[in-house]
Amino acid sequence: MIRTQTPLGRLWVWAVWLLVGFFIVNLLGLIATVVVNSFSTRWFTTWLPVGFTTRWYLSAWEEFQLPDILMATFEVVGAVVLLSGLLGVPAAYAMARRDFPGKRFVMLLFLLPMLVPPITFGIPLATVLYQAGLAGEVWGVILANLVPTVPFVILVMIPFIQQIDPRVEQAARVFGAGTLRMFTNVLVPLLLPGILAALLLVLVRTIAMFELTFLTAGPTSQTLVVALYYAVFAAGVRAGQSVDAMAVIYMITTLAWLLLALRFVNPTQIVTRAKR
Amino acid sequence: MRQALARRGFDGVTLLLLPAVLFVIALFIYPFFYGLDLSFHPKTGGVGLANYIRFFSDPFLYDTIGKTLMLAVPVTLLNVAFSVPVALRVRLMAKPRLLTTILVIPITLGTVLVAEGMLNYFGPRGWLNRALLEFGLSDAPLHLIHNYWGVFLSLVITGFPFTFLLTLSYVTGIDPALERAGAMLGARAWERFKLIILPLLLPGLAITFCLSFVQAFSVFPSAVLLGAPAGVTRVISVAAYTAAFEEYDYPMASAIAMIMASVQIGIVAALLGAQSLLYRGPAGGGKG
Amino acid sequence: MSLRNFQALRLDAMSRDFGSLNALKGISLTVGRGEFIALLGPSGCGKSTALNCLAGLMPLSSGSIWLDDKRIDTLGPEARGFGMVFQNYALFPHMSVRKNIGFGLRMQNRPKAEIETRVAEAMRLVRLTDQGDKLPGQLSGGQQQRVAIARAIVVEPPLVLMDEPLSNLDAKLRLEMRAEIRRIHASLGCATIYVTHDQDEALSLADRIVVLKDGQTRQIGTPAELYGRPAHPDVAEFMGYRNVLKTKVTLGEDVRVTLGAASLSATPVDVTQPGPAVMAIRPEDLSPRADGPIPAVVQTAEYRGRDFFGVATMQDGTELYFRAEHAVKPGETLHLGADPHRILVYAA
Repeated sequence: MIRTQTPLGRLWVWAVWLLVGFFIVNLLGLIATVVVNSFSTRWFTTWLPVGFTTRWYLSAWEEFQLPDILMATFEVVGAVVLLSGLLGVPAAYAMARRDFPGKRFVMLLFLLPMLVPPITFGIPLATVLYQAGLAGEVWGVILANLVPTVPFVILVMIPFIQQIDPRVEQAARVFGAGTLRMFTNVLVPLLLPGILAALLLVLVRTIAMFELTFLTAGPTSQTLVVALYYAVFAAGVRAGQSVDAMAVIYMITTLAWLLLALRFVNPTQIVTRAKR
Repeated sequence: MRQALARRGFDGVTLLLLPAVLFVIALFIYPFFYGLDLSFHPKTGGVGLANYIRFFSDPFLYDTIGKTLMLAVPVTLLNVAFSVPVALRVRLMAKPRLLTTILVIPITLGTVLVAEGMLNYFGPRGWLNRALLEFGLSDAPLHLIHNYWGVFLSLVITGFPFTFLLTLSYVTGIDPALERAGAMLGARAWERFKLIILPLLLPGLAITFCLSFVQAFSVFPSAVLLGAPAGVTRVISVAAYTAAFEEYDYPMASAIAMIMASVQIGIVAALLGAQSLLYRGPAGGGKG
Repeated sequence: MSLRNFQALRLDAMSRDFGSLNALKGISLTVGRGEFIALLGPSGCGKSTALNCLAGLMPLSSGSIWLDDKRIDTLGPEARGFGMVFQNYALFPHMSVRKNIGFGLRMQNRPKAEIETRVAEAMRLVRLTDQGDKLPGQLSGGQQQRVAIARAIVVEPPLVLMDEPLSNLDAKLRLEMRAEIRRIHASLGCATIYVTHDQDEALSLADRIVVLKDGQTRQIGTPAELYGRPAHPDVAEFMGYRNVLKTKVTLGEDVRVTLGAASLSATPVDVTQPGPAVMAIRPEDLSPRADGPIPAVVQTAEYRGRDFFGVATMQDGTELYFRAEHAVKPGETLHLGADPHRILVYAA
């Protein structure tokens, strides 16, 4: 590319990188404080804690009833991933392969739940779920979380399906494969990498989805992120280290899946859905 | 009949759309209209605009719009303004993957965890203030949490990566040959930015601004955890939440949610309207 | 515009590395005023790197570039004042044709009236007079190409760089634009460096051709020199000598090479000693003839309008590309031969 040659230009480049560096240092710093604090015995006026211990993890495990919370998180996330795949992939296939009147309208229908922030549609949605008697139940939480993830899967999968040559399917039919056989033997293997990537992204997003779960969860259907919110909200009731121990558990859960997801997708896809 | 439909694109494959469409209608469109309808049935009885009148006559409620805008507008402007130069540099990197991966982390962790980290890190005894005091950059600890700046910073920490990654995707869509062509014709770096890159980037930036703004405008957990939720950071989502889950006034909560949506839609519509006056076409050179 | 009246552009051992890869290894060349130079070579030979280094879009690793006695490789691209035509044209999609062409003049802060007349003149030169208000996206490929050329030449640069400008056009348009480029160069007379991988383009346009391979200059010469007497087997192969074969050379009354059992009289290029050597023959120079000394069996032959071109194999399996004036059939044995001055011999 074009090399920056003027002194002012070099200064500008330096300033930009300095800014990025400052941002990253602070970002890593705030993550590190959580980790360090979760292992500290006491930490007040020094750079590092007085001593280190792992006992907060044990106490967090009991105090916050983490087994129940992790179980609920697992149920919600598992169901959301499965259902958004089942609802989203066929719809994406239809959107990618067929042109029909009103397609733009359907596309808008799928775009809206992703563009409108969860807290905005979450309150009316929670109200409806209360009316239906689903609020507070695991099913209510799952349904609420599906609202942005189903469109997400559709929008990620459409370009992926479009790049698969439809002639592959026609060829399979020419060789006598029935619809079901074509689907299981030809389409699914071809689509699998895309489905995997989309569902991993759904998984990461659902673990971290605070607003919708918060608005619809009851005492038995809290996920990890909502439990963390309540713990931080009620800071002072419990030891800060205990809260941070839970935060670390949450972080590990999220980041492990993120790292796995990043093996299949580009980091920018987490924000921008798909390559243009 | 069947053939006629198939010719227009309706056949067995199109039917695969049905479950997803019904789902979105039932759980997104219907609740929206249900909430709209509910907002006209105030808890006190009757039908009418009572909820909206109450919102716009009670400063404790209508002030939330201003307070939210006071956060969302500057944060979004800042994030967009920083994203552009950073994205322009990152575009030149051979391996931007590590950087983008680091930046995806706060988005993935979400606002709640960032809030907890900030309470530690930006607190009066946190590492940042300790460093400032140690290096003599400040005489007293800076108050960065439980006020406006706490929420502001949290919106930067989770918002900047989001804005940046969106901007990056638009920046990389601009053909690098265009900038080289500008340089060959004598345009200096600033002129290349002003005359070539910026005009091509503006439509994308408008969309980036909208999405970032909408996110910032719906700030919720960090306003409670890092701000002063009874004071300067009593944002509109806090008001809606309070109405619904503390006062159990669902009609009022729905009304606030509708107002929230209208402000978002209003600002987005205004921006996209302005954008339609600009060049909209491929950002590549030559035949695209 | 003091640079416009330069006498010579001189590249002195211009080199460029990418990490451990030497993309350009010491290119030296002097370009005279008004000269049309083609940089010719296969993809990956370093010709685009050379052009980008010249343009200032890529810094040199070592060496220097001079315009008369002014060193310019330390200047940024915007300070060199060269014109450039990009492979994908790189027209500014948000500016009208007129704005695109006038961009360079605007950067020089020329008066408005001057810009207008000079843009109009450039548009007339490239025959786009009525298209001034359109956006590039509304033009055809050939028209976009004309805009790109007009934009590069309107500032009257001392040197115009062209990076495979015709590679995105279809065959018919390519021939048409080739003639256009020749016409525009003739009427403006600005020195041009033209990168291409197409030897026909290079032969038909250039005053001199620089053949690059693996980042090194293989030969610099006029089209006639390169076509008739390539200095290196690589160049020969590139100039259409499809039969590049290992041989043995004997030096006596005449220079002779062996091919299988046959012995042929040949023309030495750089051979001074007997022993292993490389010979090069064009397919069109290798034909069946009554006294042809090389027996070979036809494998395939295709009709090309006036004559036939085909592949035949010798007894030891060596493949030969030949031309025949009459129909030949696969399986038929031919006796191939070539004129001695059409057989070039290089030191191995």
